[in-house]
Amino acid sequence: MEFIEIKNCYKVYKNGVTALADGNLSIEKGEFVFIIGPTASGKSTLLKMLYREEKPNKGEVYVGGINVVKLRNSRVYKLRRKIGIVFQDFKLLPKLTVYENVAYPLETYGLKGSDIKKNVLKALERVGLKDKYRSYPHELSGGEQQRVCIARAIVNEPMLIVCDEPTGNLDPDTSKEIMDVLLNINTELKSTIVMATHDKEIVNRLKKRVISIKDGIIISDKKKGKYENEVDKNIES
Amino acid sequence: MKLIRILNRSIRDSFKSIFRNFSLSLASMSCTIITLILVSLAMLASYNVTSMTEKIEKDLTVVVFVDKNATYEDINIIKNQIKNIDNINEESIIYRSKEDIKNMMSDESEAFKNILSSYTEEENPLQSTFVLKVDDIRDIKETAVSLKNIDKVTLVKYGETMVDTMINVFDIVRKICLIIVVALIIVTAFLINNTIKITIFSRRNEINIMRLVGTSNTVIKLPFLFEGLLLGAMGSLIPILVTMFGYTYLYESMGGVVFSNLVELATPSSIIYSTSLLLLIIGSGVGMIGSLRAVRKYLKI
Repeated sequence: MEFIEIKNCYKVYKNGVTALADGNLSIEKGEFVFIIGPTASGKSTLLKMLYREEKPNKGEVYVGGINVVKLRNSRVYKLRRKIGIVFQDFKLLPKLTVYENVAYPLETYGLKGSDIKKNVLKALERVGLKDKYRSYPHELSGGEQQRVCIARAIVNEPMLIVCDEPTGNLDPDTSKEIMDVLLNINTELKSTIVMATHDKEIVNRLKKRVISIKDGIIISDKKKGKYENEVDKNIES
Repeated sequence: MKLIRILNRSIRDSFKSIFRNFSLSLASMSCTIITLILVSLAMLASYNVTSMTEKIEKDLTVVVFVDKNATYEDINIIKNQIKNIDNINEESIIYRSKEDIKNMMSDESEAFKNILSSYTEEENPLQSTFVLKVDDIRDIKETAVSLKNIDKVTLVKYGETMVDTMINVFDIVRKICLIIVVALIIVTAFLINNTIKITIFSRRNEINIMRLVGTSNTVIKLPFLFEGLLLGAMGSLIPILVTMFGYTYLYESMGGVVFSNLVELATPSSIIYSTSLLLLIIGSGVGMIGSLRAVRKYLKI
């Protein structure tokens, strides 16, 4: 079985919107995968199924051998500890400093204080924010906040990092920095990265595997793919 | 070790969040303070009513009049028969011969003395009596009937109609007090619960993030549990002080009685500690439960 396996998944929201129809997908360990598609195409739903924010109505989802669909509510945290999540809106705790934000997950896992410090500083160094560990999120730029979010996602050295439009709120230069950080993590930590985006430039530049999705249907899956015209047309139509 | 670390951090975080969300903490605390003061007032009032009624009930005496011609032997037999009746407080039975009563009355006033001195021992119009108390005032009617049935007992007096209405009134007052206390506690629970719900609503984002980074539900709940407990305990502090010093001051300034010597207040030492303890338990308990209930809502997917 592959690292991530999605089999015959259907997801229809209560308001009748089909977010995923007969989705089939497998992702290998250590892969870097883009998921592209227009707004409301089902990208986010697909990602949310990986960390069980959403459950499919039908079908199976496996992440690292765990049957995510059958996971009980009270056990979800065990899955989430193996997944780092990077959000478009960062989701940092505004009243905690950078250090506290990154240390937060480890503290709630009950790790030793010295281990926490070591891991947090390592993660902050990886994203290049070691000297700003005392700042509060509102004192940082958007790019820096996103890097804090990435540091928090990787502090536990997760096997999977899920990024939901991490560059959606950032300018092109900052986006490039963020992508460099993510690529670095992909090669150094060997974490699998699944990233949803509609940033054409990034996808075309990096030449990674690209899965495109539209109206809940996976329409193409290409190694070294591009944000092709075909998809563009779909977006426009 | 891991558990201790988590507990430690939860307590630290709960303190932190009380101060970082100070205005909201203040809101739930002041709500607790106001309602608990009301609870305290109702409890003190109910305590006092209960102690007053008990005191009055204890003082209530029954007088048993014995036939004028009863001999000493008869008196002894009657005494034993009285003792055999249930609901009679044996130690309280006092026998007063007609001579005793004559002397008592003579001591009381000159007028009585003059009149009574004209009677010899045989002519004494007074009757010997037994004065006694009952254990349970509610059964006084049946007890009076049993006393009346004893041979050579002519009359049993206990202020029948007055006592009957008194028993009813006391019962009603006691029940009303209890209802008020219980109702106030429920209202307190509601108010504190709601305030905490509002404070936690403003932090649902925080709870959501905790969930997303893989914090187990128990660990998410812990700081909120401690926070609710702390807020409740801190909120009960002022009501406790009000109870302790306020009641003591009231008691002393009124000299321990209301209006006249008839109605005595319960002594402060006998009630303020138990009331304070109850306030602390209600405050922290309601705070904790309210907090937990409010968090649980955001822990579902």
